[in-house]
Amino acid sequence: MRHLLGIEGWRRDELEALLDRARVHLPGGPDVTHTLRGKVVANLFFEDSTRTRTSFHMAARGLGAGVLNWSSSGSSTSKGETLLDTARNIEATGPVAIVMRHKSSGAPHLVAKHVRCAVINAGDGTHEHPSQALLDAFTLRQRWGSLEGRTVLIVGDILHSRVARSNLWCLKALGARVVFCGPPTLLPTGLESLGAEVTSNLDAVLPQADAVMCLRLQLERMGEAFLPSTKEYSRLFGLNAAREERMKPGALVMHPGPINRGLELAPSVADGPRSVILEQVSNGVAVRRAILEVCTS
Amino acid sequence: MSGTVLFRRGRVIDPRNGVDGVRDVLVKDGKVAEVSVAPLPVPPGAEVVEAEGHWVLPGFIDLHVHLREPGEEGKETVLTGCRAAVAGGFTAVVAMPNTKVVNDSGLVTELVLSRARAANLCHVYPAGAITKGLKGEELAETGELVSAGCVAITDDGRPVMSAALMRRALQYATLFGVPVMVHEEDLTLSAGGAMHEGPTATRLGLRGIPASAEVAMVARDLVLLEETGGRLHIAHVSCEGSVRLIREAKRRGLNVTAEATPHHVILDDRAVGDYDTHAKMAPPLRADRDVEALREALADGTVDAIATDHAPHGVLDKQVEFEKGINGIIGLETALGLTLELVHGGVLTEKRAVELLSHGPAKAFGLPGGHLAPGAPGDVTVVNPNEEWTVEVHRFYSRSRNTPFHGRRQKGRVVQTWVSGRKVYADGQVKESR
Ligand SMILES: [Zn+2]
Repeated sequence: MRHLLGIEGWRRDELEALLDRARVHLPGGPDVTHTLRGKVVANLFFEDSTRTRTSFHMAARGLGAGVLNWSSSGSSTSKGETLLDTARNIEATGPVAIVMRHKSSGAPHLVAKHVRCAVINAGDGTHEHPSQALLDAFTLRQRWGSLEGRTVLIVGDILHSRVARSNLWCLKALGARVVFCGPPTLLPTGLESLGAEVTSNLDAVLPQADAVMCLRLQLERMGEAFLPSTKEYSRLFGLNAAREERMKPGALVMHPGPINRGLELAPSVADGPRSVILEQVSNGVAVRRAILEVCTS
Repeated sequence: MSGTVLFRRGRVIDPRNGVDGVRDVLVKDGKVAEVSVAPLPVPPGAEVVEAEGHWVLPGFIDLHVHLREPGEEGKETVLTGCRAAVAGGFTAVVAMPNTKVVNDSGLVTELVLSRARAANLCHVYPAGAITKGLKGEELAETGELVSAGCVAITDDGRPVMSAALMRRALQYATLFGVPVMVHEEDLTLSAGGAMHEGPTATRLGLRGIPASAEVAMVARDLVLLEETGGRLHIAHVSCEGSVRLIREAKRRGLNVTAEATPHHVILDDRAVGDYDTHAKMAPPLRADRDVEALREALADGTVDAIATDHAPHGVLDKQVEFEKGINGIIGLETALGLTLELVHGGVLTEKRAVELLSHGPAKAFGLPGGHLAPGAPGDVTVVNPNEEWTVEVHRFYSRSRNTPFHGRRQKGRVVQTWVSGRKVYADGQVKESR
């Protein structure tokens, strides 16, 4: 049993083993395996995320497990129950793993210190979203074989992005170069010391990228005046058709979804030949099956 | 009532009076009667403390303590806070007004003082609020607070965001000569922040609090001080920029003093580790270069006092998501050990360390004590500088346990505390006489 609280701290061989394992679960493999037959996986979602929850749900079912779905809307947390109370109550039902989404960074770390089953982080605040990074890496490995020496450019709201942090650790561990690009107000301090390169000049770095990962602009945070307008953001940091033309031949376009169409990504690019966005989604279940196996074995 | 005590052959370190050497110290009728190089005869009926190999020091004074009474007695009371104080070698503490009935009136001040009299352990000096209810809107009645016994005014825990109101507070306080103690934090810059802004916050995905949130307010208040006169005391200084401004202001002769906490000088933001709420405080633990600057400032006199910002909280306040965790840690019972770490690390001389815990704070707030000349209060802390021990939270006298220092090895320990010539702590036991 081990937790997946973040990608940080995982070694390359461990990540590669997990990604190799995920291949077994691709469409064409067995519909249902029995790794977790008779076991229960608890989905503990304090923040709405239909995509991730459904993906983990399908992954657990695909391993033969029962799924306990718990979400915070209308539940006891709004009545003052603490996170640890909730987690302990869920644990008492005997799951082999708790899959957890929470709006506070570090919430799964707190739970992991107080429960005995595996804790799998399905996104915590602005910290990490490890399963997303693993499916991104899986998708790139499918296309490239290896990530060694490749440059991945991550564009957008790095400050609020858990996907960005998880991808930094994951891609770097697998041998890629990671460049972050966004407006200075959305670039947190000290990224360089974590091993990333940082720029606000998209046009200068775009031609170097083997893959461009556009992040969703978190419009709900625009009220805090991080940006003057979405229009200006789109002009400076949107991946439009003109920019797409300056990309390396064969370079890929990614997005963790959901997309603000026409804002961070032009529709023609999102649906174009470079896009691997739908592959990301369909790889999600296979990768999450592998995560559940590795964490509960 | 206190009798006569003779501290024999201890090493007396009394920075204010330039004493550092083996002396006999005689305390009589609650005051220091004699300090002598030559051995003194034992007066009849005197208690003798054989202090050879020990340090005999002016009792420590903590300018920044949260006693939580009235209102949050589950976290601490005046009594339990005083026990923790004397166990930590403190003979006097300044009690912050942000209790759950705010100390913004003479009535609350009197309540705290009466609880302190009942506890009868160390001196408790209340600080009153700058503004009514700590709301930052209207001045509290400084005159009433001071005549009831407040030694300073502060909205600690919160800044006075209105520059105009802060200007008036400084002006008005000149009537009474009390320091205005300030918690420097521009709330528009710190909003939403959970820890220091830097690589660790970025790694953890936590909103950062930039150093400018403190430095900008220090700059503002120094400008206001220069214009208004009065006395400004800057609480828990945490960053390099503040230190630089304070140093320069002192050089120009402004009436400003400052304190630093042991934790801001010992730990940096990496202590947050993987979301350890015991490392969550306001101001936050800063970067290593800020820690370095604070250490220099303690050594060169830019910072006048070590103060603990002893902030008791319950387990449930800390066993939560990091962003929700309440700020603050307790400090009374770890202050000496942590300060001595700075001595062992070559940052402070022994004399300067003692000064920062005694004369420095006494002078900053104009309090009695902080030295051992004849006539001074018989407040004495006896330290065994060589005793090695491990911090164990369950042994604390404080009612709370929130500290990141549990399990830390320390060299140097308080063995006795005397207040007005009465033994209040010895052999690991608080001596109550109520
Ligand atoms: Zn305080």
